[in-house]
Amino acid sequence: MSDTIVDASRAATLPGLAELRRVAIVPALNEEHAVAAVVAELRAFDPGMDIVVVDDGSVDRTSAVATASGARVLRLPFNLGIGGAVQTGFRYAYEHGYDLAVRLDGDGQHDARQLGIVIEPVLRGEADIVVGSRFAATGQGYRSSRTRRIGIRLLAWVVSRIVGQRVTDTTSGFQALNREGIALFARDYPHDYPEVEATVMVFRHRLRLREVPVSMRERAGGRSSITALRSIYYMVKVLLAIFVGLFRRNVVPQEDSS
Amino acid sequence: MTPLAVSIVGALASFTLVLVVLELVRSRRLRERYALLWLLTGLTLTALSAWRNGLNTIAGWVGVRGYPPAVLFAVGILFILAVLLHYSTVISRLSDQNVVLAQRLALLEEQLVERATSER
Repeated sequence: MSDTIVDASRAATLPGLAELRRVAIVPALNEEHAVAAVVAELRAFDPGMDIVVVDDGSVDRTSAVATASGARVLRLPFNLGIGGAVQTGFRYAYEHGYDLAVRLDGDGQHDARQLGIVIEPVLRGEADIVVGSRFAATGQGYRSSRTRRIGIRLLAWVVSRIVGQRVTDTTSGFQALNREGIALFARDYPHDYPEVEATVMVFRHRLRLREVPVSMRERAGGRSSITALRSIYYMVKVLLAIFVGLFRRNVVPQEDSS
Repeated sequence: MTPLAVSIVGALASFTLVLVVLELVRSRRLRERYALLWLLTGLTLTALSAWRNGLNTIAGWVGVRGYPPAVLFAVGILFILAVLLHYSTVISRLSDQNVVLAQRLALLEEQLVERATSER
């Protein structure tokens, strides 16, 4: 938890942010009605932040709308799934030498005005990756289907046991990363439903992950890509991935040699 | 009644399949997405081989008289068919994506050439 209350609705109040090269990664699939507002909010929060929308094979006007709103757009030739789309953004951030990346969804459920809360621990050098959690505070403020909630809780419990640190929201796509975090995810990022595995990966690579409480909004447009039956499939898949992943040798290329 | 040797060999072979699949996933030669069906195959066959009474009962249900292990073959073949069908859908998707990639590449190349000639 951050111990100071910053007025986080403007980036200008965050010391040290202006010196960093920073980028916002916004994955979007069929979000023509929401993506322009997301870009506008990001710009209002921090005019100096570059904005990259990753269009994951949308069949609507997402790319055109995002371009018109002034974002850079990476248009994937077909749907890669959220993991592949987000990693495209991390690769972009890595290759263009950004010091700080934030990630938030193109459907508008993440409020850019709360980005300050998420960025602050990274700026202070207290964490490599910060995740905005819906449940870190009181557990209020987020409503979704029963199965979905149970799934999120179960995954959070499993992941917490594995990494030895309390993690409350393993499915949040509201994140801030420093250069090390960007480098890790540019190199290796899970597929399909990636945040859970990514959380475990972060700890296995000995990066520091921190959760901060945020509130999320109802989806502004589009449809969630996750239905009930698929949730079960993903759950099994993710659990398999986590457990098999535990038996992988640690792949830390640079730091380990020292 | 199923011969004991058939049960043992069947269970060992199917369980080996499970271990091989897990190792392939661990060493990143097989993605979790494609491993699930194989794991289900291996685990089902392991269970059917090891649970001898169950195999006999199921054989009775489906009208297999005399040689219950025939059910093992039938279930195994069904799973192989499912895996093959799944792969056919995967290959279809891959070739569709390949077409899109090639087209996008051709369009990009044309843009680059166009830009290079206009700058000259």
